[in-house]
Parts: sequence; structure tokens; C-alpha cells
Amino acid sequence: MMPELGKYAFAVLASYGVSLALIVVLVAMSLMRARRVRAELDKIEERTKRHG
Amino acid sequence: MSIWEYANPVKFIRTTDLVLPWVSALAVAALVVGLVWGFFFTPEDYRQGSTVKIIYLHVPAAMMAINAWVMMLVTSLVWIVRRHHVSALAARAAAPIGATFTIIALVTGALWGQPMWGTWWAWDPRLTSFLILFLFYLGYMALWTAIENDDTAADLTSILCLVGSVFALLSRYAVNFWNQGLHQGASLSLDAEENVADVFWYPLLVCIAGFVLLFVALVFLRTQTEIRARRARALLARERQA
Repeated sequence: MMPELGKYAFAVLASYGVSLALIVVLVAMSLMRARRVRAELDKIEERTKRHG
Repeated sequence: MSIWEYANPVKFIRTTDLVLPWVSALAVAALVVGLVWGFFFTPEDYRQGSTVKIIYLHVPAAMMAINAWVMMLVTSLVWIVRRHHVSALAARAAAPIGATFTIIALVTGALWGQPMWGTWWAWDPRLTSFLILFLFYLGYMALWTAIENDDTAADLTSILCLVGSVFALLSRYAVNFWNQGLHQGASLSLDAEENVADVFWYPLLVCIAGFVLLFVALVFLRTQTEIRARRARALLARERQA
């Protein structure tokens, strides 16, 4: 299944590894911050409503 | 219906909430299909060997690194001219995505350059302008976080974005401006002689579509977050004054 990468295996695999890792980190950080900010805003809005 | 309706934060969040799952699913599908096709089912290049497989990451990332800055330029101009907060926040949201694509382009370029050119790095016009573009991304993000007042931050970062656009353009056209350096000309020129072979071209197109869709999905998600964060800051400020 794995293609024969020959003497360039390091360059190809490192390119895919680094790129996919960076994309996964970017997506994960975006999702985590989205969730955190949403929860914070909900809390603040709830508090604002309670105190008029 | 006017496009300016989407400058309303509530309308923007409501619309992007509907679109986001579809764009995200399409992005994942295009990236998986394109990368699996490119990595497992394409042959080696007769000159570059298996390193040609790096094209499926390097070219889409480099394209989107420049296009993200162009999108930031357009939204910054909209902020400067029409003062719509959503457009300034969309520019802010796009910057980390563009910066990540720029790192991917630089790293994969170095990994590809070493076996092909015999060096990881050269002060070649395209490579150098790309590195400066990356530094502009860092400066742009730092400026947003350094200024407390959102409107002042949007004003100053918009100006920085206009200045940085010179380097975004240089990154794209440096090879044409200066006929020197190691980097080749455009791989996707409309000139048939310049284009990559079909066997590499089709999976590359799918990967480019995947990167574009990923960018759109992340910009939607991150702009929603910036809108909510701005509202939270405004409510907290009002609380403190009361």
C-alpha cells in the first residue's frame, strides 16, 4: 500500500507530517477557542440579564 | 438583498451557522481525496522522483498564504471605508490561518528544496518575499493583541495590512519580476507548456479545492468567535462602568 519513496522518503514524509500536524493544531485551537468564548459570553449574558 | 446585510453580526452568525457544517464536510472530503490520491496513486516524476508528492501540500498552502492576505486586504479596506466591524474581525480571524499556510509553504519548500537544489534555503526573491510575508502575519497578529481598543486596533492593523500587501504581491510575482534565483516559475500557468502533467494536475486541483474550503470554514468559525469575544468585552466594559 505504502508507495516506494526511495531516497526522498524523509523529505516527503516530513512534509506530510509537519503540514498535517500544523493543520490539526490550527483546527483544534480554533474549535477550542470557539467553545471557550461561546461559554464565556453565555455566562456574561446570563449575568447581565439577571442584574438587569 | 445586499452583501452589506452580512455586516450585521447576528445575520453573519446565523448564515454561517447554516453553511459551516457543509463547507467543513466538503473541506475534509476534498483534502482526504486529494492527499490520498496524490500520495498513494500518482507516479514519480522522471526528474524529481517521489519529491513531486510534496506539490499537493506546497502549492495549495503557498496559494492560500497569499490569497488569505488578499482577503484580509479586501476586508481591511471595507473596514477603512465602511466601518463594518464584521469585516475587521474577519481579517483578524484569517491571519492565523494565513500564517499557518505560510509556515507550511516555507517548511515543505525547504524539505523539497534540499534534495532538488542541494540547500534548505536560499535568499531567492520568492523565498525571501514569502519569509517577509510570514513576518508581516506575525506583526499583524501581535498588533491586534497589543492594542486594547478594538476600533483603534482595527484601524492600525488595516494600515499594516495595506503595507504588507506589497509583499503578498511580491511573493506571487517575484519570479516574474526578477529573472534569477532557484525557485521555478508558476506551476499552474495558463500557458500549456508550463503546466504540470495531467496525472499530477487533477489531484492537485482537488487539494487546492480542499485548502480553499478549509480556509473558508476556518474563517467562518473564527470570525464567529471574534464577534462573540468582542461582544463579551463590550458587556464586561459596560458592567465595570455600572
